[in-house]
Amino acid sequence: MTSEAPLIEARSLAKVFHRRRLFAAGATGLRAVDDLDLAIHRGETLGLVGESGCGKTTTGRLLLRLIEPSAGRVMFDGHDLTSLDASAMRRLRRRMQIVFQDPYGSLNPRMTVGETITEAFIIHGIGDRTERQQRLNRLLDRVRMPRTAASRYPHEFSGGQRQRIGIARALALEPQFIVCDEAVSALDVSVQAQIINLLQDLQQDLGLTYLFISHNLAVVRHISTRIAVMYLGRIVEAAQTDALFAHPEHPYTRALLASVPVTHPSHRGRRLRLEGDLPAATAVVRGCRFAGRCPHVEDRCRSVDPELAPRPGGGLVACHRVADRTLPWSATHP
Amino acid sequence: MRAADTASARDAASGGAPLLEVVGLTTTLVATGASVLEDIAFTVEAGETLCVVGESGSGKSMLALAIMGLLPPAIRIRRGEIRVHGEDLARLSPAEWRARRGRDLAMIFQEPMTALNPVMRAGAQVAEVLRKRRGMTDDAARGEALRLFERVGIPNARARLSAYPHELSGGLRQRVMIAIALAAEARLLLADEPTTALDVTIQAQILDLLNDLRRERGLGLMLITHDLGVVAEMADRVLVLYAGRMAELAPVAALFDRPMHPYTRALLASIPTSEGPRTRLVAIDGAVPAVGAMPQGCRFRPRCPHADARCEAVPPLVAHEPRHHAACWATAPEDRAS
Amino acid sequence: MSDTVSTPLGETWRRLLRNRSFVIGAVVVSLIVAVAVLAPLIAPHDPLRNNFRTRLQPPGEIFWFGTDHFGRDILSRILHGGRISLIIGASTVVVTGIFGTAIGAVAGFFRALDEPIMRLMDAIMAFPAILLAMAIAAVMGASVTNVVIALSIATTPHTARIVRGSVLVVREMEYVEAARALGASELRVLFRHVLVNVTGPLIVRLTYVFAIAILAEAALSFIGVGPPPPAPSFGNIIANGRDFMIVAPWITIFPGLAIIAVVLGLNLLGDGLRDVLDPRTRI
Repeated sequence: MTSEAPLIEARSLAKVFHRRRLFAAGATGLRAVDDLDLAIHRGETLGLVGESGCGKTTTGRLLLRLIEPSAGRVMFDGHDLTSLDASAMRRLRRRMQIVFQDPYGSLNPRMTVGETITEAFIIHGIGDRTERQQRLNRLLDRVRMPRTAASRYPHEFSGGQRQRIGIARALALEPQFIVCDEAVSALDVSVQAQIINLLQDLQQDLGLTYLFISHNLAVVRHISTRIAVMYLGRIVEAAQTDALFAHPEHPYTRALLASVPVTHPSHRGRRLRLEGDLPAATAVVRGCRFAGRCPHVEDRCRSVDPELAPRPGGGLVACHRVADRTLPWSATHP
Repeated sequence: MRAADTASARDAASGGAPLLEVVGLTTTLVATGASVLEDIAFTVEAGETLCVVGESGSGKSMLALAIMGLLPPAIRIRRGEIRVHGEDLARLSPAEWRARRGRDLAMIFQEPMTALNPVMRAGAQVAEVLRKRRGMTDDAARGEALRLFERVGIPNARARLSAYPHELSGGLRQRVMIAIALAAEARLLLADEPTTALDVTIQAQILDLLNDLRRERGLGLMLITHDLGVVAEMADRVLVLYAGRMAELAPVAALFDRPMHPYTRALLASIPTSEGPRTRLVAIDGAVPAVGAMPQGCRFRPRCPHADARCEAVPPLVAHEPRHHAACWATAPEDRAS
Repeated sequence: MSDTVSTPLGETWRRLLRNRSFVIGAVVVSLIVAVAVLAPLIAPHDPLRNNFRTRLQPPGEIFWFGTDHFGRDILSRILHGGRISLIIGASTVVVTGIFGTAIGAVAGFFRALDEPIMRLMDAIMAFPAILLAMAIAAVMGASVTNVVIALSIATTPHTARIVRGSVLVVREMEYVEAARALGASELRVLFRHVLVNVTGPLIVRLTYVFAIAILAEAALSFIGVGPPPPAPSFGNIIANGRDFMIVAPWITIFPGLAIIAVVLGLNLLGDGLRDVLDPRTRI
């Protein structure tokens, strides 16, 4: 555990999406993020995992204040983002950026690669023509793209190259913190490895802090120093990567890890599976959000919401039965 | 009588031939004559899972469509045979081929929403197959549809029969697709990235289901995937495709322990794993070449660390072990490579 | 699908030139525009000069398309009339393009204004376009300007709706979010990232607006609220020939054919553009 203040921190963060409907019966919105606490420390890569609809993408957007939270606060290096006015927020945007999943939808098809990358300089009034050109060249070098790419359009490049362009755009303002939202999920495996290596090199060279959002547990394990597991808008467990994979505590984490395909055919074996689907996050839940699918559920789980509490082996976990050590160990994990 | 046309009768007719046997299959673009798939040959036995692995551009989805007789009009089969129960489908008329689909072979897709009829209740889509393929009465078909829904693990099966596809989750839709394939009693199931759109816990459920059905009914399963984890979990044998050609064909353990093609090796080294030490990934430079812009000779040559002059000629697929084949000059056994 | 996101220009051109309706439409429309522009040079007679000795002449060697009841040459009147019809069409396209884009962009981009603006557009759309144009032209008087104003009011709501729909799609694209993350102002996002990517459907719509305007001009002229005589337009040539349809059908047939040619050409052009630029709307 670091004693240093985290670079970015979410406190009781919540986002409810209300559907715009003329004749809506009752106003139950979608609780994408629900009372979430999360801290990311300088220089670390925090992996954020969970299934679709768990709110991990919304969390990334909230941390960058690309969407406004319904409740709670986001602290970035001592600034309360949620209280900043537009111009102060714009200045702070130089320090935090995002890399997207879709290498096709994340680049404006009407702008050349050069225009896309240098737009940041124009917005923030950085440099003159020659300096912008020099910076552009340096960025293209950094993401290992040819400098001639600057005058071409996104559709002329492959998925992996487009992702490099998106990374160059994110690096243009020399940020400290980058949200990678499924940044390698749409890529073929051989290209995925190129981009993962690039992200790791950049982190080392530039001292970046990453929030790495992904549904792919193997990729998250590979790149993250610490992992947070999300379920229905909440963090249910967070710990150092190796500790989490070696000893997952929360029943959901255990089930999630047990579901990851093996890496070698000799490791095959029957493991316990979670039943049912992720429920919709519309209902107001009393008690633990995982109670409906949990194989170890007890009565109290349905009425009392478990708090995030220190976890054996470091980190945090939100489970009554882990807290009082009544959870059987071997039930869901080999 | 259709009802009498059972799977066992078909098995007897085919005289013990593999469920699926593809021989020298070559498909080309009609417009330019450029080859999409070249010289593909493999078998799928009853009760066996063959995983077809490749990146986008490898031709793995084209292969499934070719076997189903569903190639887009711009692509046609140039050479080769597609034998199902010993009968060469490639020589059938489109109408005859259509009659085999569903009866002999069925396919499930990555996004079941596109394969299900959006304005028809899920149960009715299963019952329709039962009536048409197995000559059941309405009542019998309804009962059997319920039984199939329960077999594929749809909770609340009776209520789900009358649900429309959009009311079901992705995992349940995939289960409905599997129920439809079972309804027709197809012995060969082609699954094209069936779990790619699903969350990992749901993926595990669906893979388990496919495995159970394969074992229980002796299905032949041809599973197309880009995910080597799914391969490790599911395959008996693996076919690695690269740029429309076979790179390697091997039993799964041999493939993971002793990969013979440099592409297979690179692929295995490039994926992050969920266990073991976290070492730097070995990336393959460049990208899969496009159809019509294929390099001469070995198609992996421009990206291959072992490429030399021999590789300007197309490498033949040679056996390293009795059932382990690879198409590479550099790794081929000495006596075969000359 | 990001159907409204157009591919860059070179590729778009190649696909357009392979599209048969686009090529035929483009050729027809360019020919008609060229002829109309060159009308003073190529018209064989003065379109306004009355000559009672040549009244109601059938098509022949001197008057290819015949003459009307004032002895004016129909061919020359059609050539000159084409100019007015095309000017009305083009002006309507410009005015509708500006207002339709502005209104649609504001409604789609600034969600708070969406409801009030689009309800107003719906209200205007509730009236048949031609009735609306008739009413406006009747109130403000018959002139080329008033016809353009009337037609623009009638065609703007649908154009705004199309732009709004495309803006709603494009504003959700990740590159828009990326621009916001860089600190781009809302106006910058709107102009640099959203509007440039809705041009496809807009161009297609404006091609149809052109055709609608020419047809509507003819209809307005026919009932007497179009551009005033004696200057010819497709519509008022037909209107003039109305009383002589039995004895001198050529007065109405030839301008009618001219309208058909322009509208058909524009529709083919629009269909071709739609196939290439905006495949989502294909039926």
